[in-house]
Amino acid sequence: MENFNYHRPASVDDAVKAAKAHPEAKYMSGGQTLIPAMKQGLAAPSDIIDLGALKNSGVSLGSSLVIKAGTTHAEVASNADVKKAIPALAGLAANIGDPHVRHKGTIGGSIANNDPAADYPSACLGLGATIHTNARKIAADDFFTGLFSTALEEGEVVTAVEFPLPKKAGYAKFPNPASRYAMIGVFVADTGSGARAAVTGAGHGVFRAKEIEGALAKGFSAASLNGVKVGTDNVAGDLHASAEYRAHLITVMAKRAVDAAK
Amino acid sequence: MPAISMKVNGQAVCGEVEGRTLLVEFIREKIGLTGTHVGCDTSQCGACVVLVNGKAVKSCTALAVAHDGAEVITVEGLAADGKLHPMQEAFKDNHGLQCGFCTPGMVIASIDMVNRLGKNLSEETIRHELEGNICRCTGYHNIVAAVKAGAANM
Repeated sequence: MENFNYHRPASVDDAVKAAKAHPEAKYMSGGQTLIPAMKQGLAAPSDIIDLGALKNSGVSLGSSLVIKAGTTHAEVASNADVKKAIPALAGLAANIGDPHVRHKGTIGGSIANNDPAADYPSACLGLGATIHTNARKIAADDFFTGLFSTALEEGEVVTAVEFPLPKKAGYAKFPNPASRYAMIGVFVADTGSGARAAVTGAGHGVFRAKEIEGALAKGFSAASLNGVKVGTDNVAGDLHASAEYRAHLITVMAKRAVDAAK
Repeated sequence: MPAISMKVNGQAVCGEVEGRTLLVEFIREKIGLTGTHVGCDTSQCGACVVLVNGKAVKSCTALAVAHDGAEVITVEGLAADGKLHPMQEAFKDNHGLQCGFCTPGMVIASIDMVNRLGKNLSEETIRHELEGNICRCTGYHNIVAAVKAGAANM
């Protein structure tokens, strides 16, 4: 791993200042993606700005569910308010990576990285979440802009994710047998003002499946999805699965997600 | 280079590290505790799992400098008064290892599992919870039996 200068700011303001002073810096939250990427030489930032000292973790439940950006997957998975308000989100967090990764990895880190096979982006998009940053609030529909890219400006840092409370929501993923990342994961929600369905793992970044949403608008049940075909426009093929196979999996996983929705 | 201090297996330790020094490198090379292993370079195998402030983490995927002030338990810190920890004893009794390379991580991960989920663990739970620990010898059968037995004796 290339060496770097290490910063451990105690406030969001100091973190942003450090990022602005060092244009080649990277923020690090749990480091469960960034450190492996650096070990493989895929990333070599001049400076690491560790957000660990911000102690920005925790969950609050009111008319919406707010999860602070530094909350680990393990904390989300076991939090009573998350389990009560959006059990699908707790279940999603409980199946990210493995227990050791879940002790370190955070929701803010996951969505800021926007890995095309990560789980959390599908929950944010599927539920119509709002991403809070140091500077503004961004709708999930505008936040995820493609493969490993987001609407975050240089130095902008995610501070929390706010989820509206759905009537029902469910998540199902087909994990790659080796990496356990989603080959396809589908997050569905009956929001009370329409159905949303967000797909991860398809290759180009998380997206909403209009075919699934259209079918669920007629009735939020797995039966509504019988015969629904999703096109391959947003879907990539690779050595693990062809684009056609992944597109087929979208309907299969959407059905399972609807069946599991609570 | 920044100087850091930690408590490892109850003992205060300190040393200078680079930003890029991994926690596992600090533990193995600076402190000389080589029971914590490095089995892969991709954060997948779990041989390097240690307890940090009571929680299992992959010490190959953590910066030493970020753990200034932490309390760390490695496999060397489990036995007490010349007696193996019940989880270590169970791995021995159940032949839960062959080459033994993954065992330190397996044992620490299993103790973390019991700390979170209790002593009465189903086979399904154990297999799911060991997702982050890879063994290339045993086929896992005896590891699962060892964790079940060790959990009950903790």
